[in-house]
Order: sequence, then C-alpha cells, then structure tokens
Amino acid sequence: MARVRVQQEDFDPGAEAAALAYGQTDVGAVVSFVGYCRDEGGSLAALELEHYPGMAEEEIARAAVEAEARWPLLGATIIHRYGRIAPGEQIVFVAVAAVHRGAAFAAAEMLMDYLKTHAPFWKRAIRSDGAVEGWIEPKQEDDRSAARWSAGAD
Amino acid sequence: MKALYFAWVRERVGRAEEELNPPPAVETVGDLIAWLCERGEGYAYAFDKPAAVRAALDRVHARSDASIMGVKEVAFFPPMTGG
Repeated sequence: MARVRVQQEDFDPGAEAAALAYGQTDVGAVVSFVGYCRDEGGSLAALELEHYPGMAEEEIARAAVEAEARWPLLGATIIHRYGRIAPGEQIVFVAVAAVHRGAAFAAAEMLMDYLKTHAPFWKRAIRSDGAVEGWIEPKQEDDRSAARWSAGAD
Repeated sequence: MKALYFAWVRERVGRAEEELNPPPAVETVGDLIAWLCERGEGYAYAFDKPAAVRAALDRVHARSDASIMGVKEVAFFPPMTGG
C-alpha cells in the first residue's frame, strides 16, 4: 500500500501529502515530515548519500508493512534521495494518512526512526573548504529512538 | 555468490563488488568475514572491528551467525546513517 521511492531528484512535499488524501473521503489526518540537509554553521558544503539500490527500497517497504500492521493506516508515501545534496535541500519525505491523527503521527515517527537506522543509506560530509570528510557516524540517540518501536528486534 | 561493499567498507576493500566462491566450510556470515580477512590487507582493515560492519543476505539484514547457504547476494556496509 505504501509508495516508496528512492531517487536523485527533488520532490514536492505538498503535492505528495495532498495526493494521500486526494479523492478519499475516509482520510481524517495526513502527517508529513521533511528532512533537510543543514549546513552545520556554514561548515558543510554538501552531503554525499550512498545507498544500496534494491535493498533500500525493499527495507523501506518492510518498515512500511510493519507500520501498517501496527496502526490502521490509509496510505503512506516515503521518498529518500541519494547523491550530492546541498544545505537547504530536501533529503527525505515521510507522509502517512489515517482516520485519526494519533496513528498518523506515530507511524510517521516510527518510519523516520527506522529509515535512520535500518534503511541502507550512508552519508558523507563535504566541507566548505573542499575537504571530503569521513563517513558520518551513526548517532546513538537514533538507535535508541528506533528501539522504542521494537521488542526483541535488533 | 555476489558480494557488494558500501561506504567505507567499499573504500577499504578497494572494490564495490565481486564474485566470491567460499569453500563449503564457510557456513555463516561470520565465517565469510574470517575467510575474507585472509584474502588481503584491505579486507582485514575493513573488518578490523567486526561489530562496526553490518551484513545483508539477499537484501535482508543478517547477523553474523546467519547461514549463507543458498545466498546469491551478500553485502557488507557500515551502520546506516540515512534519513
């Protein structure tokens, strides 16, 4: 049911969110989230996002299936970009439609937590002075956030 | 079996993908890592800290004790930092 896209191109979050409710009379809530590339006080020129083609889409779809099993959702759209992304640009989009807002908020948050820790994407920082920095380290707080949603999973 | 490497694992191994034909005694992801480490410095460097490298079997996350029997595609990569 969820629409999953992994792409280089930018996306239109307003149109994507609106599409989830378009023509449907049962949708009472659409919650959407956009993640942006930030410049970290001017020190970051861009992010390079590498991904595992095929598994990235499948892993996101698995997270969506899990969200659908947990909450009564009426639709979901997840978009993740890869390649070079400059500060101010959009990286990731999650939108969830449901009858009530509680399920939509919770599912959107779970999906974002899973994207950060389970979807095979890796970020590398390119600094403003041209230096290509090492790969960005995972944050422990992201693991803790994701762990809230799973009992016994890794 | 096809092997794929991503991010700094790819850089340390020195290639993005290759074909692997491990001997029958190599049964698990952990065995495969140990076998790879004997193949050269790049591999040993990549798997220097085994806990820092994640694996996927046929595009599904796998632990080091997972069997590689019948697997067509194995991938090694650092912890994910998407989102």
